[in-house]
Amino acid sequence: MVAELSADLGVRRGGFILELRLHIGAGEVVALLGPNGSGKSTALRALAGLLRITSGQITVAGRVVADSTSGVHRAPHERRIGVVFQDYLLFPHLSVLDNVAFGPLVSGVDRPEARRRAAEWLARVGIADLDRAKPRLVSGGQAQRVALARALATDPQLLLLDEPLAALDAKTHSLVRTELRRHLGDFAGATLLVTHDPIDAAVLADRLVVIEHGRVVQQGRPQEVARRPRTDYVARLVGLNLLAGRGVGHRVVLPTGGSVELAESAFDEVHVAFRPAAVSLFVHRPDGSPRNLWAGRIAALEPHAEGVRAEIAGAPDRQSSILAEITPSAVAELELVPGREVWAAVKASDIEVYAA
Amino acid sequence: MPVLLAAPAAVAVLFLVLPLVGLVMRAPWADAGAVLNSEAALQALQLSVITATVSTIIVVLTGVPLAWVLALPGLWGASVLRALITIPLVLPPVVGGVALFTVLGRSGLLGRPLYQLTGFAFPFTPYAVILAQIFVALPFLVLSVEGALRAADRRYEEAASTLGARPVTVFRRITLPLIAPGIAAGAVLAWARALGEFGATITFAGNFPGTTRTMPLEIYLALETDPGSALLLSVLLLGVSVAVLVLLRQRWVSQW
Repeated sequence: MVAELSADLGVRRGGFILELRLHIGAGEVVALLGPNGSGKSTALRALAGLLRITSGQITVAGRVVADSTSGVHRAPHERRIGVVFQDYLLFPHLSVLDNVAFGPLVSGVDRPEARRRAAEWLARVGIADLDRAKPRLVSGGQAQRVALARALATDPQLLLLDEPLAALDAKTHSLVRTELRRHLGDFAGATLLVTHDPIDAAVLADRLVVIEHGRVVQQGRPQEVARRPRTDYVARLVGLNLLAGRGVGHRVVLPTGGSVELAESAFDEVHVAFRPAAVSLFVHRPDGSPRNLWAGRIAALEPHAEGVRAEIAGAPDRQSSILAEITPSAVAELELVPGREVWAAVKASDIEVYAA
Repeated sequence: MPVLLAAPAAVAVLFLVLPLVGLVMRAPWADAGAVLNSEAALQALQLSVITATVSTIIVVLTGVPLAWVLALPGLWGASVLRALITIPLVLPPVVGGVALFTVLGRSGLLGRPLYQLTGFAFPFTPYAVILAQIFVALPFLVLSVEGALRAADRRYEEAASTLGARPVTVFRRITLPLIAPGIAAGAVLAWARALGEFGATITFAGNFPGTTRTMPLEIYLALETDPGSALLLSVLLLGVSVAVLVLLRQRWVSQW
């Protein structure tokens, strides 16, 4: 696959350093996932040319658009990119149609032709009837569609989306996400989607790149990342318990003293992950003990989806904690309250182990 | 509403409005036709409107770019530059006129070489009236437009550049429309200030009927010889100012 975007870039701003290697093929959608302040917006701005890179090189469709060694820095208008901004930034003084026609118009297309193309794009995103409306009169979901149409109407080779769904309410969110997925599927160039929402990332992207503190901590297909998180942040995003330790046969010894029994053998530095729902809680030490049985204390209880999520402090060892997902009726039966001593059990076969 | 605030506020309103009411009430309306049709009044009004308009155009053409420069993020020395630009706002206009004279007068720093080369000197010409008006009116527009630029969301400019617009195009198609209300407000202020300009004009341009005697000068002279006529001319100037304010407001300020 030809890489439409090939970037190996560094940005240094004050004490913050971003280092990112990224290759996105034609037609591929990559999600850049990270917590606030991880540098994902900085990365997007650097790729767009709104920010100068301090080291490295960016190539879009085979053309070098930024190179710190030779001092090349193409301005955004010379990069053949399309950007959908988080709050869309639709020009308030132009109609919806003229917002979309703006790109073709400034690239030298005459006004009737630019408007014809814009109308075509509005029809493709399903809001042809809004052409004369001013942006302040359209809803959030409609504004998102206008922003997407405006970015795509310039026929970009690289499409950058900055939290494109974050400004939408829950109901519109999933609807617009489904549509966005379709449009990204039709788009021939490379797409980079910046988001902090793992579900948006999993639905929209072919590949995830997770960054924390300006560095890539994990990348891979969404299913891989969801199954085998490599940092606490990713584990929390995908809703798994994650522990790191050293494999010694059918057991992983944690640096904090505890251990986890495995169904398979593991050696060297490994991660172990298991679902909160795989954790069973008991008030009295259960008979016929499962492979992993840890004494702990309920640190917190909070509703989660259909059930209740319990944070168990002191398991597998004093300095660790894990999450357990239980039913509300179990909470009532066992009379679970914060502070209560419990036994947490996990079957060895429910534990995923992989090299760190 | 606390009386402590309402009472002084009412006093302030009265103080601003009463003189205007007095002006309208005391004007000898019976003589209006004769006074307003007099050649001196028409000449002065025409000169005032033309010079104020020309000044405002020059003020907008130079002041908007200046405001843009001032609003550049991280511009070194911006605060010093802004302070210099603000001086004409607080300077007594007569001092401004004297200052203009020292630079552009017939024997001024620039005026002397200009006169020696071309035989042209600014004082006592309508050009001097315009220069005096620009000197006092420019800061109003610059500060108004700079405020609009700072209040505007500059990320629209970034969005435009990602859509392929070159910087000049971004400025023309995005920045200018975004700050249009600020430019309009600044231009109205500048025009009104230029229309009313007295001190710098009489000092630098002199007081010649038809060439440098603008409405304010005409009114001042009339007050000594024919107070009734001065009142009527004042009401006329008041009417022109208010009309422009209303017209521009409807045309521009509520654009979106």
